[in-house]
Amino acid sequence: MPASSYSVVIGLEVHAQLSTKTKMFCGCRVEFGAEPNTLVCPVCLGFPGTLPVPNARAVESAVMMGLACGANIDPRPMWTRKNYFYPDLPKGYQITQQGGSPIYDRPICTGGHLDIDLDDGTRKRIGLTRIHMEEDAGKLIHDLTVSDSLFDANRCGTPLIEIVSDPDLRTPREAYLYLEKLKQILEYLEICDANMERGNLRCDANISLRTSEDAPFGERIELKNMNSFHNIEKALEAEIELQAGILDAGGIVKRETKRWDVTKGTTIANRSKEDAQDYRYFPEPDLVRLSVTPGDIEAVRGMLPELPEARRYRYVAQYGLPAYDADVLTREKPVSEFFESACAVTGDAPADKKAVSNWVMGEVLRVLKEGNLSIADLKFSALHIGEMVNLIQSGAISGKIAKTVFEHMLAGEGAPADIVKARNLSVINDAFAVEGFIRQVMDANADKVAEYRSGKDKLFGFFVGQVMKVSQGKAGPEQVNALLKDMLAG
Amino acid sequence: MSTLSEIARKVQKGEISAEKTVQESLDRVAAAQGLNAYISVLPEYALEKARDLDRRIASGETVGPLAGVPIAIKDNIVVAAGKTTCGSHILENFESPYDATVIGRLLAAGAVPVGKTNLDEFAMGSTSETSAFGAPVNPIDAGITPGGSSGGSAVAVASGTVPVSLGSDTGGSIRQPAACCGIVGMKPTYGRVSRYGLVAYASSLDQIGPFARNVADAALLLNTLAGFDARDNTSSTQVIPDFTSALGGSLKGKTIGIPKEAFGEGLDAGVEASVRAALAACEREGAKIVEIHLPALKFAVAAYYVIATAEASANLSRYDGVRYTHRTSNPKNLMELYSKSRSEGFGAEVKKRILLGTYVLSSGFYDAYYMQAQKARRVLTADFEKAFAQCDVIAMPTMPAPPPKVGDIFKDPMAIYLQDIYTVGVNLAGLPAISLPVASTEGMPVGLQLIGRAFGETELFGIAAGAERSAAGMGAG
Repeated sequence: MPASSYSVVIGLEVHAQLSTKTKMFCGCRVEFGAEPNTLVCPVCLGFPGTLPVPNARAVESAVMMGLACGANIDPRPMWTRKNYFYPDLPKGYQITQQGGSPIYDRPICTGGHLDIDLDDGTRKRIGLTRIHMEEDAGKLIHDLTVSDSLFDANRCGTPLIEIVSDPDLRTPREAYLYLEKLKQILEYLEICDANMERGNLRCDANISLRTSEDAPFGERIELKNMNSFHNIEKALEAEIELQAGILDAGGIVKRETKRWDVTKGTTIANRSKEDAQDYRYFPEPDLVRLSVTPGDIEAVRGMLPELPEARRYRYVAQYGLPAYDADVLTREKPVSEFFESACAVTGDAPADKKAVSNWVMGEVLRVLKEGNLSIADLKFSALHIGEMVNLIQSGAISGKIAKTVFEHMLAGEGAPADIVKARNLSVINDAFAVEGFIRQVMDANADKVAEYRSGKDKLFGFFVGQVMKVSQGKAGPEQVNALLKDMLAG
Repeated sequence: MSTLSEIARKVQKGEISAEKTVQESLDRVAAAQGLNAYISVLPEYALEKARDLDRRIASGETVGPLAGVPIAIKDNIVVAAGKTTCGSHILENFESPYDATVIGRLLAAGAVPVGKTNLDEFAMGSTSETSAFGAPVNPIDAGITPGGSSGGSAVAVASGTVPVSLGSDTGGSIRQPAACCGIVGMKPTYGRVSRYGLVAYASSLDQIGPFARNVADAALLLNTLAGFDARDNTSSTQVIPDFTSALGGSLKGKTIGIPKEAFGEGLDAGVEASVRAALAACEREGAKIVEIHLPALKFAVAAYYVIATAEASANLSRYDGVRYTHRTSNPKNLMELYSKSRSEGFGAEVKKRILLGTYVLSSGFYDAYYMQAQKARRVLTADFEKAFAQCDVIAMPTMPAPPPKVGDIFKDPMAIYLQDIYTVGVNLAGLPAISLPVASTEGMPVGLQLIGRAFGETELFGIAAGAERSAAGMGAG
């Protein structure tokens, strides 16, 4: 039985580091890439006698994520301790929201969903099991130049939310799309920097195979250590092949934790010891139970920004953009904000908006992709794009000149109108000057003029091209058309 | 010896310098060294603080209500000077980088910490004999223990080295040694005093409180200790009244509830007689004595040892040999670093409680132990609430028997655990309670315990002061 004939079940657990100013339970700053052990205090180092105090902004962020996903917000979430020893965990336990008993298992959000758009154009709803808050551990650094492991406690106590999906994903591609969607929402809410390479988004995947959709779930494998969405997709594909092979051979898939080896392109089993851990969860006695009132929820709802979905519909309805454009433009919040800023200075006609869309989707995104840049790295502003579209729409510059202007904008030469002026790029609509270009071209191509006059109409395009070339693209196209027709007619 | 307010008044007026007051205390500490009440003394630190106070007084500054009062601090409350050992080898060389909130409050009020007192290791025990630095000695009788776990703080006051001290009470660790040493010891309502800087034993039960020679001093000291602390999520935002405001009140019209369950099997006859005599004295002063019921009291010891050890098993995980603790030499691997550092660093009682706590939280046993204990805790708390509908305070002995003899704990630990019966329930319910010395029929110190309503410390102190006066009327000290 080939891998494709098994029914695959995938569930994802995503840890998202919240981009709050301070840590989950103390006042230390959260910052990526700071000198090791500079963002620490007795609380996050777990010194004797210290106590945690929850960060209200982090709780707010978790509620925000819940509301964005249509989850239920628990009015009385609980904090618990997850006990285990590891040198990157100063207290010997992690403060989290998982229970040892169902009574104590009260994460801040339960339920909710994310809708993903499949490649065939259909939409699929992926259920969420829960979203809970917890604190991050520190980092161990195994530097080969020293014999001991080094410990950086800067990350200790950084706030995290863990978003657990239902086992609703059926293909590695769906998992990929789900992660993109999740990242998009986190970015729109501006609660997480969602950068896997920096580790502020981390993902574990549970995967099992069964013979059909109706069959009971197979034994699941937990995959860890995947540092990009593409690696997750690849690891899941590899694991499906592996499990299908075992099942085909009449074998049994053993429940275990595996990690993805990028270089070998395979999943490798961790020592099974880890699976046997008993975390002895119990209610965190140092923290009073949280209280989230309907008023609190409404206050957070009021802070919710426009989400990608709503924005997409608005682009179609308000700007008259094609659905494809709306989709591309809203994928990343900074791009979408850039687009809207540009639109703010153009005319209101759909043609104006479409022109801005073409520039952003075309030139701007190309530049970002080629240079691996972000919007913030650009040396020109969104207003400049809007102004350039206005110059084109008013006929002040041609589309071709606009490309040249754009190159100068990229170099940071300022507003397009200034560039046009400084570089003498405006369209020549002066009939006398244009007549001069045409005469020049006709003189140089007397044979072609004769051919045209004997009925070879198709040559008209050739003459237009030559005139534009001689005028260095600056001759106004309408003027050229009208005068050329006249003069060729003789 | 003068009362707290007398000392502070004299120091504030410049009649005696803070430096002299503190030096005299340090001299008494040195003279009483044989009692082993202190694990470490802070002479330079204390004298510097005292001189600073004197300078401020000389320059006309107003100083706090405890100006120049020497105070001893249980060695599980961190001070950013000297060491905080918790009576354990594992923290033998630990220096805290910060002050506990109560230390900050004491310093602001002008009190001067002179030393860190001996205790059962990590406050686990009721005789102070599990200290890694040897047990403190009861000044009343060297053959009996000073109680615990705050035995050092009780001895420090009882032997006169300081007028007041701080202890911590998780299951009776202030009230019980107060009873053993014949002084006053008080546990405030859970949340009244910040736990920030108190090295946790069992977080949901721990509370810092005062030892003093009389009720008035304990109340005055609590005025300084109490108050909301943004660093302690469990600290209460309740208004802090003047805890001394009801001290002069009469016992007339006050109702004292006597739980039937506390005066039955297992109560030593001599202790019972002493406590009943003290209550009779209160009755003569106008108090009304009524019988009440605490049917769930019989679950208190079991529930306490499950919840306290469960929390302790997590609280003590941080002592792992990785950072500030004792670290074993040349561990072969990470597992050995943990197991050897902890095996070498912790004493037997702590290990026993960590094991017990780990066990009750383990999957498969969780429901039978931890969940049941939490249920018992809720039922007991409800029992207390019901009882307070009938009375203003609840009275019972602090301990069912005279103080344990030295060494008994190692012969029959279970018998000593069972002696926590009257104190642990108060922690489970989060209530305030005070232990007062009462006249003893057999020459052994006996404590009368009065339990108040949650956040009802002012009334509790008032009734305790009345009981203290009526006991004095009987000729007791």
